[in-house]
Amino acid sequence: MISQLPFYIAAAIAIIASIRVVTGSNAIHALLYLVVSLLAVAVCFYFMGAPFAAGLEVIVYAGAILVLFVFAVMMFDLQGDKDPIHYSKHWFSRWIGPVILSSVLLIEVVYVIINSANSAQYTSSIMSAKQVGILLYGPYLLAVEIASFLLLAGLIAGYHFAKGENDFGQGKDNMGGNL
Amino acid sequence: MSHIPLMHAFILAGILFLIGFIGVIARRNTLFMLMSLEVMLNSVGIAFIAAGSSWQEADGQIMFILILTLAAAEVAVGLALLIRLHQQRLSLDIDELSEMKG
Repeated sequence: MISQLPFYIAAAIAIIASIRVVTGSNAIHALLYLVVSLLAVAVCFYFMGAPFAAGLEVIVYAGAILVLFVFAVMMFDLQGDKDPIHYSKHWFSRWIGPVILSSVLLIEVVYVIINSANSAQYTSSIMSAKQVGILLYGPYLLAVEIASFLLLAGLIAGYHFAKGENDFGQGKDNMGGNL
Repeated sequence: MSHIPLMHAFILAGILFLIGFIGVIARRNTLFMLMSLEVMLNSVGIAFIAAGSSWQEADGQIMFILILTLAAAEVAVGLALLIRLHQQRLSLDIDELSEMKG
């Protein structure tokens, strides 16, 4: 039990940081809490016997995706919700419905997981990066190719959407003028 | 390395998924909804890795890598869309963005 203690501590940190992400009002603070949550989840991955996934979580999620978020928040020039209703007297009425409904669902899920017959005997074991790599470039090669197409599509779509308003509008006007 | 029961990892994944779901439903700021989506994808990754390492197969980590690429593509497209919306409407409130006109 004492060797499993870091997993539970990291899980508690992940839950608390995720709650702060969802309920935060300042965008930069929420992003920093999201980094903390991802690092805690990486620690959970390490103690579940997946050190390769823990490294990927830190490098890709906390290192790349969150930096993208930070740059976007800098471009937005906003410090949180403009909606003042959010944290005044109507705060409770807006949050109470989803919280109650989802909590009921969570209680059902926990009940099913605890009462299922043979899930308690499964415990985690270590999967090395070599096994993952052999699978990745063996049976799952097609999935890797599809993921590369997805990333290329995301790159092109991101470029087209985030292109400046001026040259986008000008291009359309030139087309219209030529027609 | 310690042996974590599959049950506890699934409960952790369920709690994190719930937190992200509440964020997507209750928040009105699109940036925070995108961050809540990240929390939800992350919890799904926890469930995959826990299941994969309980059955002593590396397939769960493959699925986690695919979720990672999906999250990267989703964040790229989503943030680009948010930048366009912020340029046009000067707001990220989903209630003000609810009318889509061509």
